[in-house]
Amino acid sequence: MSENKLRIMVAKPGLDGHDRGARVLARAFRDAGYEVVYTGCHQTPEDIVSAAIQEDVDCIGLSCLSGAHKILFPRVIEMLKENNAEDITVIGGGIIPEQDFDKLYKAGVQEVFTPGTPLEDIVSWIDNHVTPRDQELS
Amino acid sequence: MKIVENIKAGDIRAVSRVIRNIEDQNPQVREVIKELYPYTGNARIVGLTGAPGAGKSTFTDSLITHYRNQGLQVGVLAVDPTSPFTGGAILGDRIRMQKHAQDSGVFIRSLASRGALGGLAEAVDDAIYALDAMGKDVILVETVGTGQSEVDIMNNSHTVVLLLTPGLGDEVQTIKAGIMEIADLFVINKADQQGSSKLYQELQKLLEMSDFAEAGWKPPIMLLENIQDSDRFFTKIGEIKEKIDEHYQVLVEKGLLERREKRKAMVKLRTCLQKVVLAPMMQELQDSGRIESMLEQLVCKDIDPYSLAEDIYAQYKD
Amino acid sequence: MYFAKELLDKCSELRKKWEDKVRSVLEKKGERKERFTTVSDKEINRLYTPEDIQDLDFERDVGFPGEFPFTRGIHPTAYRGRLWTYRMFSGMGTAEDTNNRWRMLLDQGQTGLSTAFDFPTLMGFDTDSPKALGECGRCGVAIDTLEDFEILVDKIPLGEVTTSMTINPPATVMWAMYCASAERQGVPLDKIGGTTQNDMLKEFIAQKTFMLPPDPSIKLISDTIEFGAKYAPKWNPISISGYHIREAGSTAVQELAFTLRDGIEYVEDVIKRKGMHPDEFAPRLSFFFNSHIDFFEELCKMRAARRMWAKIMRDRFNAKDERSMWMRFHTQTAGCSLTAQQPYNNVIRTATEALAAVLGGTQSLHTNSLDEVWCLPTEHSVQIALRTQQIIAEETGVANTVDPLAGSYFVEKLTNELEQEAWEYIEKIEDMGGMLSAIEQGYPQMEIADAAFNYQQQLESGERALVGVNKYVTEEKEECPILDIDEEVERNQVKRLNEVKRRRDDKAVKSSLKDLKSACEKGENVMPRCIEAVKNLVTEQEICDVYREVYGEYKDPGLF
Repeated sequence: MSENKLRIMVAKPGLDGHDRGARVLARAFRDAGYEVVYTGCHQTPEDIVSAAIQEDVDCIGLSCLSGAHKILFPRVIEMLKENNAEDITVIGGGIIPEQDFDKLYKAGVQEVFTPGTPLEDIVSWIDNHVTPRDQELS
Repeated sequence: MKIVENIKAGDIRAVSRVIRNIEDQNPQVREVIKELYPYTGNARIVGLTGAPGAGKSTFTDSLITHYRNQGLQVGVLAVDPTSPFTGGAILGDRIRMQKHAQDSGVFIRSLASRGALGGLAEAVDDAIYALDAMGKDVILVETVGTGQSEVDIMNNSHTVVLLLTPGLGDEVQTIKAGIMEIADLFVINKADQQGSSKLYQELQKLLEMSDFAEAGWKPPIMLLENIQDSDRFFTKIGEIKEKIDEHYQVLVEKGLLERREKRKAMVKLRTCLQKVVLAPMMQELQDSGRIESMLEQLVCKDIDPYSLAEDIYAQYKD
Repeated sequence: MYFAKELLDKCSELRKKWEDKVRSVLEKKGERKERFTTVSDKEINRLYTPEDIQDLDFERDVGFPGEFPFTRGIHPTAYRGRLWTYRMFSGMGTAEDTNNRWRMLLDQGQTGLSTAFDFPTLMGFDTDSPKALGECGRCGVAIDTLEDFEILVDKIPLGEVTTSMTINPPATVMWAMYCASAERQGVPLDKIGGTTQNDMLKEFIAQKTFMLPPDPSIKLISDTIEFGAKYAPKWNPISISGYHIREAGSTAVQELAFTLRDGIEYVEDVIKRKGMHPDEFAPRLSFFFNSHIDFFEELCKMRAARRMWAKIMRDRFNAKDERSMWMRFHTQTAGCSLTAQQPYNNVIRTATEALAAVLGGTQSLHTNSLDEVWCLPTEHSVQIALRTQQIIAEETGVANTVDPLAGSYFVEKLTNELEQEAWEYIEKIEDMGGMLSAIEQGYPQMEIADAAFNYQQQLESGERALVGVNKYVTEEKEECPILDIDEEVERNQVKRLNEVKRRRDDKAVKSSLKDLKSACEKGENVMPRCIEAVKNLVTEQEICDVYREVYGEYKDPGLF
C-alpha cells in the first residue's frame, strides 16, 4: 500500500475537555482513509504546533467549545508561521458564532465548520482543499 | 544531499519529511537512506510490544522521562493499525506522551501499519535510520502487539520488552505464540489486578523450559503496579529502565551485540533484496504482460512453479 | 399479578384480531420506517397493552408517591406541595456581570441560583496562568479569590436562596468561598443551602475536567460529604451526574447505569474512608440528569432511576432512613440536541424536553436557551427559557396531579426495560471490579464513544432526522443575536488579581497554604483549612497547586 495518505491532526486547544465531536471526527477521518493523529484535549498552541511538525501533518483540525477560539486558533497559526510550517492547513469547529468567522479567516483559518455540518461535507472539503505538504527531498 | 545534512544537524522538519517519504515509498528516498546509513549505529533501539490495552504508551511516556533525566536524546516511533476496510488509521498513542511535545530532545512520530503483514510498518526500519542519524541516543519503538510484528521488532531492536496484563484473557495465547524467544524483558503491567500472580507463575514455568545459556541473558519478569500512584509507578519504571540498560551492557560485554547486529543486517538485506531485485522483477513481468501466460501455464500444470522460477532467474542472470 | 387473568385473556384474544388487521393494513401500505427508535436507538413497539406489564406488581413496582420504591415520586404531594425549582445555569465574564444576570433572573421569577464558571476556574487555574490564555469569562464567571466570590453573591441572601455550583476538581475551594461569604453575611453554615457538583467519576468518564488522580479526587469528595454532614446539613455536597455522560453521546440506559454506579462508588468510599453509616450522609446525595429529545424515554428513565436508587440504598447499603433512599435530582435539557441551523427551533426542543423532565418528577430544572449552540445566552433568550418552565408550571396543567403517566402500558413497560438494561450494565461493571476499575479499562468511555459514533452515522445516513439539519433544511441562514465577551474582561481580571495579591497578607497566605498541605499529607479533612485559606485571599490556583503537589496530576489513559 504505497498511496500518499493525508495526515490530519485533531486537537483541542485550551482547557475545554468536551471531546465528543473531536472523537467522532477522528473516526470519520479514519473511515475516509486518512491517518489521524489525535492529540486529545488540554493542549496548548505550542504543544499542537510542535506535534504537528514532528508528525508532518497536512492539516490540523482544531476543536473548541469554550469560546477561547478567538485567541487560541490565531495563536496556533502564528506559531506555525514562526516555525516555517504555515503550509499546514488549519480548520476549526466547535461553539463558534458566525460573527467570529471573519476574524478567524483573516488570521489564516481556512474553514470553520459549525455544529450540524455533515461529516461527509467536512471530508469532502478536505479532499478538495488539502493536499499533502511538499515533500521534496533535495 | 542537503536534507541529509539537515537530518544530521537535528532538523525536525527534515527528519519528518524523510519519514513521510519513507512511508509513502517514494523511490527517491532510497538515495537519502544510502547517504544516512554511515551515520547510523549510535542509537540503542528498544522495542516495546504487547496487546492493545497492555499500557505500552503510558509505559513509554514514563520511560522517555527517565532517559531525558539521564540527558539522553530520545526518538519514539509509535505504530497503530491501519483499518483494513478504509485504509485510514487513528494514531492515538501520542496522547499519552504529549507532555514531551515541547521538549526538543524528544521526537515522537506516529505511524500507521499500512497493511504490512503482522502490523509493523516497513517504514519503521528506515525511519529508525533517520532518527539514529539525527542524533538520538535511544529509539523506542512501540507496536500494535500482534504475533508477527513481535518478530519484526526483534529483528530491529537491541532489547525487546513485552508488556502483559492480567485479565486481558489472551496471556496464554501470546505465550504460546512463541513470544518467549523474542522478549528480553517481561513486564506484568497493572500487577495489582486479579490474575497477575497466575500470569507470573505461567511465565516462570515457560521460562524454566527454555535454555538461555547461549543467549547469555535470562529474561527477567518485572511487576508494575498502580499507575495512579505516580511516584511509585515512576520509580518502578526507573528500575525497568535500569534492566533495559543492563541488557544492552550484557550484549556488549558478552560480545553478543555483533551477533544481533548481524541478524538485523541479514533481515534488512533480505528486505532490500526483495525491494531491489524481486519487486522490479515482478513489476516487469506484470508491465510486459508476460505474467499472464506464466500464471496460465502454472494453473494448467504445463510447468511447475519451481522450474518456472528457475527459468525466470536464468533469464535475469543474463 | 397486575391484571386479573380474565382481562389478560381477553386482551390476548383482542390483540390477535388486531394483529390480523395490522397485517392487512401493512400489506396495502407499509409503515414510515423499518424501525421506530428513540434517540438512544432503542426500538419502540407499535402498541403496548396490559400484556406488556402483566408481571408488574403494583405495590412493589409502582405504588404511591412518597412510598418505597418511590417510582411515582419521593414526596406525597409532589408539585402540588411545591413546584420544581427554576434553576438556570448561568455565569459569564466578571463576577459583577454574573451577579447582574443572576439578579435579573431572580427578578424574572427564578427560584434557585446555578453557577457557571469559566474554564480556568473549572480547571483550578487563575486568570493569569498561561494555560488560561483566551479563556477568561467566556463560558462562565471568572473566580480567582474570595473577593471575586463576594462580588458574585453581592446582595444575594445566602440564608434564603439556594445556590448550585457546577464545579468539580476545585469544588472544595469554591465551596469554601461560599461558606466564607455566607459567614461574612452573618449566615451560619447550618443554614446555607445549595449544591456543589463535585462528581469526579463522570469527569474521568465524560467531561474531562480533571486535575488529580481518581483516588485523591474521591478522597476530597468524601471530605466534603463528611464536612457537610457535620456542619452544613442543608447543603448537597455532590450532584452525581448523568447529564455530561449523555452529552458525550451515551444512550439513556448508559446514562442511567453509569450515574447510579458512580453513586454506589461514592457511597462505598464514604463508608470505608470515613466510617459513616449511610443514613448519616445519603439524604444529602443528589443527582443530575439530562432531559433529551425523546420524550417518553426521558421521563421513564427518571422513574426507573428513582426506583433503582431506592433499592440500592435499602438493599445494598442497608439504609434505614427513608430519606437515604430518595433520589433527588436536578435536570438540564439536552444541550447536544440543539441545532445551529434555524436556532429558533431550539425553543420547541427545550420545551418538550422540559415537559418530559417535569413528568419525570425532577426537583429542579434548567432549560437551555435557543442561542447556546453559538454562545452564552442573551438576556432575551434566557428569559424565553425561563418562561418555558413557568408556562409548563402555571398553564399546562401537568403539575395538577402527581405522576400522571403512571399506569400507561407504554410508560410502565419502558420504565421496566430501562431499569432492566441498566442493571445489566451495572453488573458488568461489578464484574470489572467497580467503576474506578472500569474507567481504568476504558469501558464506559468506549461505550459512550461507540454510541456517539453510531448516532452520528444515523444522522449522516438520514436514518435519523434532525429538523433543520438533515430534513426541512432552509438555504438562507437564520441568525440570532449573539452575546459577546469582551477581551477587556481578561485584562481587567488579571489586573484585579494582581491588585489583590499586592494587598493581601503574605504571611497569612504562606501559613494557610502550609496548613493545608499538612492536612492533605496527614489525610485530614481539607475543608476547614480550605476555608481559612480563602479567607486569607489565597487564590484558587494556589490551593489547587497544593493538591497537585501532594496528590499528583491525573494521567489521561487516552483510550480510543
